[in-house]
Amino acid sequence: MTARPASARPGMRRRQLGRALTYVAATLLAAFVLAPIYLIAISALTPPEIALTQYPRPLVPTEISFDTIRFFLDAAGVVDAFWRSVYVGIITLVLALLIGAPAGYAIARYAFRGRETYRLLVLSTRAFPVVILAIPLAVTYIRLGINDSIIGVALMHTALALPFAILITSSVFISVPRELEEAAQTLGCHPIQAFLRVSLPLALPGLAAAAIFTWVISWNDVFAASILTLREPTLPARVLTSLTQSRITFQFAAGFIMLIPSIVVIFFIRRYLLGLWGRVVK
Amino acid sequence: MRAGRLGWAPYALLLPSLAYLAIFFAAPMLGAFGLAFQDGDGSWSLASIQRMLNDFNFMRALTTTLLLVILVLPVQLVLAMGMALVINARLKGAGLWLYIFALPLGISELAAGIVWVSIFTQTGWLNSILQTLGIIDRPIIWQSGESQWLLILLVVIAESWRATSIIMIILVAGLQSIPPEYLEAAEVYGATTWQKVRRVILPMLRPTLQVALILRTILAFQVFATVVALAGTGTVVLAQEARRWAVVIDNDNVAAAYAGLILLLSIASTLVFLWLLPTREEERQ
Repeated sequence: MTARPASARPGMRRRQLGRALTYVAATLLAAFVLAPIYLIAISALTPPEIALTQYPRPLVPTEISFDTIRFFLDAAGVVDAFWRSVYVGIITLVLALLIGAPAGYAIARYAFRGRETYRLLVLSTRAFPVVILAIPLAVTYIRLGINDSIIGVALMHTALALPFAILITSSVFISVPRELEEAAQTLGCHPIQAFLRVSLPLALPGLAAAAIFTWVISWNDVFAASILTLREPTLPARVLTSLTQSRITFQFAAGFIMLIPSIVVIFFIRRYLLGLWGRVVK
Repeated sequence: MRAGRLGWAPYALLLPSLAYLAIFFAAPMLGAFGLAFQDGDGSWSLASIQRMLNDFNFMRALTTTLLLVILVLPVQLVLAMGMALVINARLKGAGLWLYIFALPLGISELAAGIVWVSIFTQTGWLNSILQTLGIIDRPIIWQSGESQWLLILLVVIAESWRATSIIMIILVAGLQSIPPEYLEAAEVYGATTWQKVRRVILPMLRPTLQVALILRTILAFQVFATVVALAGTGTVVLAQEARRWAVVIDNDNVAAAYAGLILLLSIASTLVFLWLLPTREEERQ
């Protein structure tokens, strides 16, 4: 009788200790992820004259201003590059979803021969070096006269974003119960009608998340863009070519501005994160 | 019944994506090998590959890239495993932890490189913190380039920060597929946390680890903008050389040779991991 609680207690204490240690580990790992984001943010939001002269810098900024960011946006070609990146991203988003969503729907809804092969093919393109695509495409683009053009980069980015668009949309459509669509069909809807009236509205938030993610894939690319656009660069290509000549505050602002969409996008796709790679291994 | 009526439908839905991938993946890949095996005049030869092999930067770029891959992988694997186990422990606010750990997933190489520049630059955050704590009395120049190893270490830290989340996501999904009964059984028999990880989780996670390692290694061979941001021209990697030959020297043939080399290294590393970590089905054969 008395032995039992005595033996139960150390076990429970050990479990509580383990739990506490897990929280400590979680906090340390989260700090490792978040601290650099905080530091680039206050780097970019400190007035340039302070950022360039003050040392050691306090971890809580004494003054917040947008001067550093304004200075970055005023640099030659930066605003143009910014909008170019936005447009390239939008074209990529539209193309990747138009081409990818039907495929995502097919692998979510139909059992057909070759489905697994197709899924593996899509996944393997994700592991494909961008380097090997960009260089021959640059040669082809010059021949076609679409080098240094928004559409040229967007076509390349669509190739990069397409596998993601397919995988995210398929996990979106899996999350929409197919029974609803089948019910609509038994009530006399044509399959296409059933899709448009039932599945599509339910899938819309997920499709929007997929769209934002494909936009960011385009926004983030620097290697392909720096090879395909030389005179009219996208934002990352513009920043890359001036890294060595620019003031350090220019870099801070550039890094911060390029970072913002990346953080926002993860928030929108957080429900689909595991679907991105999750079903790689069965 | 429906399959009979619309048996062609899934193929019709896949067709546009297959066509696009053929034009923008398959064709450029063949094109790259074509370019690599031609000289500047467009006739077939090994001249471009020889030029790459004899180039002053070639060995340095190759060894630095391999070194980065070898150093970054274990660090990321341990970090990602830690994150995945934390997520799997289902702490309060599990969704929030996953969101935080996944944040770098959307961050570009270039932005990540610049983030760490703000930390490692001479009057940056690392020196500021060390100086405030009284550990150093004047700023250390981390990025001076005098030591290759130091530059490589900086890139390893930045890459570990940026690209751990992708492994974490794959591992979390793998962990969730382990039936909870297995862990409960281990617990009933009095297994410690470490024993559970070592004896249950790791063996069951082997196929997942295989995929995560293959993917991350392939991506690591393409490392580019983080290196440019942190090390400038202080060190060189293969992708950087590919870009230099394509853009600065304007020789697409040698650039394509570098691209082909990166692809070959990716394929070789995939085979190595398939051989090192056979999954059960492969073992049975």
